[in-house]
Amino acid sequence: MTAKLVFLGRLEELAGTDGISVDVPLGWAGLLAHLSEHCAPELVETVADVRVKVALNGALIAEKGGVVLAEGDELAFLPPVSGG
Amino acid sequence: MSDVRLLTSGFDPAAELSAFTAAHPQAGGIVSFLGQVREGAGCEALELRHYDPLTLPAMQDLAMRVRGRWELDGLLVIHRSGVMLPAEPIVLVAAAARHRRDAFAAADFAMDHLKSESWFWKREKTGGQWRWIEPREQDFEDIARWG
Repeated sequence: MTAKLVFLGRLEELAGTDGISVDVPLGWAGLLAHLSEHCAPELVETVADVRVKVALNGALIAEKGGVVLAEGDELAFLPPVSGG
Repeated sequence: MSDVRLLTSGFDPAAELSAFTAAHPQAGGIVSFLGQVREGAGCEALELRHYDPLTLPAMQDLAMRVRGRWELDGLLVIHRSGVMLPAEPIVLVAAAARHRRDAFAAADFAMDHLKSESWFWKREKTGGQWRWIEPREQDFEDIARWG
């Protein structure tokens, strides 16, 4: 059973990919541990930064520390935006 | 009602504005803003990325907030995603209203919020290298004006 992590903006560059699959169930601490093991340390720091928001299946999450991923979920990491 | 579009290929701002104007003959004034890729400073290309589940829905929400705040006959919001070259259009906002002050304010508000709150990430190519662009302090100050 897996869920998908999506990296937007410069997070894609830090991750070296726009998305990865992770085994679920997976909570926030487990997720950070997974990223520490497989990705650049800067990605882990950035993902944990308060300015990086997260959306679970297209809905913004107020408290990302409480997220628990289940089968088929998509969790997107959203760094500060720069549009227009 | 509002016409809100997220485009992944180029558009013709003059044709869009002309169609919008023709669709709102009852409006006494139409204010538009066109944002384009700035030429110079070695800029070779600009890329805007979006996230499907969030970007267009949030643009539609923004259009509803604008409509709730000002008395408008029509509102047009077109935003590009993808790679653009210098002088290509990025964003077009037009507000049609009976009175010009509503149209000016609505277009201004929509642009400030598109710049600093919409789900877009921007990177610029200079000297063959892509570089992500961080939000500017000015964008936050612009949006703070609206309270």
